[in-house]
Amino acid sequence: MAAHRAGARVVLVTHRFDRLGEMSCNPAIGGLGKGHIVREIDALDGVMGRAADYAGIQFRLLNRSKGPAAQGPRAQTDRDRYRAAIQARFRATDILVLEGEVVDLRVEGGEVCGVEVADGTHLPARSVVLTTGTFLRGMIHLGTETYPAGRSSDPASVRLADRLGDLGLPLGRLKTGTPPRLDGRTIDWSRVESQPGDEIPAMFSFLSECPACAQVSCGITHTNAATHAIIRANLGRSAMYGGRISGAGPRYCPSIEDKVVRFPDKETHQVFLEPEGLETHTVYPNGISTSLPLDVQEAYVRSMEGLETVDIIRPGYAIEYDYVDPRSLSRTLELRALDGLFLAGQINGTTGYEEAAGQGLLAGLNAAARALGREPVVLDRAQAYIGVMVDDLVTRGVSEPYRMFTSRAEYRLNLRADNADQRLTPLGLAIGCVGPERREAFLARQEALAAGRCAAEGILVTPSEAADRGLAVNGDGVRRSAFELLGYPDMDIGRFLSAFPEMASCSSAVLDQLLRDAMYAPYLARQEQDVERLRRDEGVALPQALDYSGIPGLSAELRGKLEKVRPETLGQASRMEGMTPVALTQILVRVRQSAR
Amino acid sequence: MGDTIFAQATPPGRAGVAIVRISGPRALAAGEALAGTPVPARVASLRWLRDPGTRERIDQALVLAFPGPRSFSGEDVVELHLHGSTAVSRAVLASLGALDGLRMAEPGEFSRRALMNGRMDLSQVEGLGDLLVAETAIQRQQALRVMDGAVSRLAQDWRERLVHALAFVEASIDFADEELPADVLEEVRAIVAATIAAMQQEIAAGRVAERIRDGFEVAIVGRPNVGKSTLLNSLARRDVALTSKVAGTTRDVIEVRMDLGGIAMTLLDMAGLRERAGRVEALGVARARQRAAAADLRIFLVADADEVDLLGVVRRDGDIVVRAKADLRGDVADGVSGTTGQGVDALLATIADALSERVAGAGTAAELRQRLAIGDSAACLDRALASLPQRVEVAAEELRGSLRALDFLVGKVDVESVLDVVFRSFCLGK
Repeated sequence: MAAHRAGARVVLVTHRFDRLGEMSCNPAIGGLGKGHIVREIDALDGVMGRAADYAGIQFRLLNRSKGPAAQGPRAQTDRDRYRAAIQARFRATDILVLEGEVVDLRVEGGEVCGVEVADGTHLPARSVVLTTGTFLRGMIHLGTETYPAGRSSDPASVRLADRLGDLGLPLGRLKTGTPPRLDGRTIDWSRVESQPGDEIPAMFSFLSECPACAQVSCGITHTNAATHAIIRANLGRSAMYGGRISGAGPRYCPSIEDKVVRFPDKETHQVFLEPEGLETHTVYPNGISTSLPLDVQEAYVRSMEGLETVDIIRPGYAIEYDYVDPRSLSRTLELRALDGLFLAGQINGTTGYEEAAGQGLLAGLNAAARALGREPVVLDRAQAYIGVMVDDLVTRGVSEPYRMFTSRAEYRLNLRADNADQRLTPLGLAIGCVGPERREAFLARQEALAAGRCAAEGILVTPSEAADRGLAVNGDGVRRSAFELLGYPDMDIGRFLSAFPEMASCSSAVLDQLLRDAMYAPYLARQEQDVERLRRDEGVALPQALDYSGIPGLSAELRGKLEKVRPETLGQASRMEGMTPVALTQILVRVRQSAR
Repeated sequence: MGDTIFAQATPPGRAGVAIVRISGPRALAAGEALAGTPVPARVASLRWLRDPGTRERIDQALVLAFPGPRSFSGEDVVELHLHGSTAVSRAVLASLGALDGLRMAEPGEFSRRALMNGRMDLSQVEGLGDLLVAETAIQRQQALRVMDGAVSRLAQDWRERLVHALAFVEASIDFADEELPADVLEEVRAIVAATIAAMQQEIAAGRVAERIRDGFEVAIVGRPNVGKSTLLNSLARRDVALTSKVAGTTRDVIEVRMDLGGIAMTLLDMAGLRERAGRVEALGVARARQRAAAADLRIFLVADADEVDLLGVVRRDGDIVVRAKADLRGDVADGVSGTTGQGVDALLATIADALSERVAGAGTAAELRQRLAIGDSAACLDRALASLPQRVEVAAEELRGSLRALDFLVGKVDVESVLDVVFRSFCLGK
């Protein structure tokens, strides 16, 4: 979609168009870090935010009681509505959709020049974006059963994996799991805790106003001693503990087997009962993903309060799949070894819809840029969570499925969900991937914000004048602006307006945003120096052909890493594990010498 | 940085042995060029050194090679132990300078490379610098502690605690929806508060360490002609101050450095304190009061106890009061006489006791730079505490700031800006 918006002619090859927008894991979008990415995608006019708003059946702004930089929007979504929204977006474009399995890449002169579909069709292309999800040599584990598949009932992509292996790409193995799906009609909802959505729902898209359908609550139940006993007694029958899975799983989203084994002292674990939609009875029990056999799943699920008579609609399973070491990518997500081939999503070792979508957007924009002969699009760590993610991936690689957290962002106070449009929409306008509707809305909002900020910065008061307006500040004789005072810790819009009634002409949305901007302004000013240093180091390009073996003073280990990662900038090199100041200096000296 | 450096590591001039040190990628080749055959690693070998150009014999020397990274600088290092002759050193340095890719080291460059290669951190380099200028036993012990990584361990300990606290804060943000123990932020508070207290204590104790390094200033104060200069000469066991019967002979401040049982001390003799003085003497009196007030310890030399309060210098805890010119007054308990030496040893012992007590409370952060970094770190922590629990994201930012300040303490970040200051105090070849 991003490539299409950027002006490229696009063909989508997929197994089945009707599975487009299928949420294979939990029926939820957003969360901390993830919700931030959705807002960034939306700021660049991507579809995820609007589709999630259309499909959202329970909206919650996580960390509402904490500061805006810690808040992330999240929503339970109706699977059918989400899929429908995504497919409708595709239908509304002239993107050509071809159903089939891509089995091979066409390569000419070290560049990709198209793909081959299983039926023999050859599609020529300047750029190719591969988003194989968990399909690449996918292998499902259900208890002692094992069979190749890409998703519960979809086939795996094996020939393509072989082809990528032939290219000499470093492939690794990761795993992820899903819980059994429950029949909501067989849950005793009166005996589980109820978790409603927010009273005032926070939407994902800057263009959405309010939810598009009925809202529901989720349930919360808990595992107990009996549950844990059942799991412990059957560990040998778990695919993972039986030793049949070699791939690394995520530490932060462990299977229930993992939880019971690794935290033996914990007597109970939370289980969220998430409805998969308005029209379906399927319930997703978040927190108990598993690779135990079906009879064990049934037994332990029924040991929990409210689930005593529950029916399992579909058993949980673990899936193992291939990924490409993302250190073989450049920051545009293009493979360094094969020009024109871009990778996005789980194939790069990430997990989560949002992480995949953020990469898909960046890869799409760059695929288009390459095809159309434009400048590549790179996001840096100070600019966007997407930039943080891509830099992490291509610089440090992954040892487990990569998930976004806000703590990964050193500029978290600026990389907020609420200002994603201010950060990225101007870039989107420059690239040309932002449509007229968003353009108008964005410019109007920016204008109102700028006017409000200008007004607030223009009102200057001395401490005694501030006191006259009912605000206590240090009696140091320093004149402070209304904007500065708005950022004071105990300030809220009510107090602000009673002190500065002249600001009442601003809309409440503008005031809210000014408050969020003012709150962190002193910190952002302090961080600016860091950002400058970052950008300066990012500005030193390292030639891809740099001969690291010819640089004196590099340890063999570091040289090996540098040859693998091939950092594009000095900044990226500085973030590599094991990097030392002396090595950086050596590299810089060499780059300067070869530039001469 | 890619080039190979060399310098004489021992003082110039005639000596038993002179050592020339070579460090860098061509160090081993340079050693071989002079010694004729490869220099074996970590074994002392006796070789004839010849000029590589003329093949002329320069000296018979003990040569040692330390292949990197297990060397002082972390690079390949070769040491040439020469006969301590100016002519030999000059010839060896000239031969080395003629080799391709070798150059004379800049002051402190060997240590700088050790730092860059992670052989020492910045605080350890500072400890090494202090060791090189240490004059007394206690200065040496303190410098060795720092060189051995005492400040680094302190920073490491705080860093571990704060990383732990930061992890909790981050967890409370990123895992808001999961079952975190309710008191996670309380634990963060406790860790942060304890670390602030430890840092403040270290800042205070570090000031004492600085006094140990620079020497304690002990001022002799009293009225004109009470015998201060005579006492100073007697304490120092040599004539450093002019003495005469004329009141006001001493106008400038006279400093004498002494080693008092391992503690470095600077004795200050100054103008006698009186109100009616000539213009020049009045300036001396003002300066004397200033220096006396700033000194670590004051010895009030007075005719009788009441005089102490009349001198215009505040008496602080630990200051010493002695009765002047005991030789003229006969036997008073706290009498002292610079002329006869009566009570002088007792006074020295009293000073030593007073200073030893302070030395016992010394910390490790002797450098102002180190204490400023610790102070910055603690200030971040203060702000982190103030923003908990509502602005937990700000607390995280401040915690990261305090960690950066600790990195600065051991020189992990922003090294360049402080390096020049740090290395200025080094002599060539270290």
